[in-house]
Amino acid sequence: MNSAEDMKALTVQAVDENLDRVQGMVEEMLEGAGAQIKVIYTVAIAIEEMFVNVCHYAYEGKTGDVKVEAGIFECEDNGDGATHGVRIRLTDSGMPYDPLAKEDPDITLSAEERSIGGLGIYMVKKSMDSVDYEYSDGHNIFTMEKRF
Amino acid sequence: MEIVKKQDGSNLIISLEGRLDTTTAPQLETELKQSLDGVQALEFDLAKLDYISSAGLRVLLSAQKTMNKQGEMKVTGANDELKEIFDVTGFVDILNIE
Repeated sequence: MNSAEDMKALTVQAVDENLDRVQGMVEEMLEGAGAQIKVIYTVAIAIEEMFVNVCHYAYEGKTGDVKVEAGIFECEDNGDGATHGVRIRLTDSGMPYDPLAKEDPDITLSAEERSIGGLGIYMVKKSMDSVDYEYSDGHNIFTMEKRF
Repeated sequence: MEIVKKQDGSNLIISLEGRLDTTTAPQLETELKQSLDGVQALEFDLAKLDYISSAGLRVLLSAQKTMNKQGEMKVTGANDELKEIFDVTGFVDILNIE
């Protein structure tokens, strides 16, 4: 696997308006690596969920930056036909918040009983091959990987 | 995102084109607030929708809750990627997807 040094980085203000730039960087990278449209789509959604989460909650009404790093790595085919993977890491310096600690929504409830929270992170957990959170040196660091 | 409405009495068809995401979901939410009065049959035509995130799902859920009180709602034309999202999130059981 490649080290973090091989990842492309983009630091932007944590506002929804910057989502396009962040998704664009990763989409371009995936297209260049020959990823199928379905993979690009799945990764774009995961980026939206995690990036917007930082925009809305990390800085508690104030503004701050989020660093987005992304890189393609080669991997062993473990039977799923995937030979590559994409790793995406979001780092912010907002309040400590572990999105993975949130309980999964009960997806068997009816429309009336369903609440609107927790859906985004749940979609990310289900669609990515790995997700990881750590808090280090005043930073929230969220990393996710998708094989393709 | 393009929102096209076709109303025939108490039947309303809303066709969505493009991306229903964090940026565009509020646009649909506003549109629905103004459009659902007196509607008994609501159809979302998603044939031209490429992308939906949780922000979009929340608007569909909220529309479903409104329609549960006043009539019925169905979702048509969703492509395989959208269907997979509906599946993973349990929305297949909440929405009437044709």
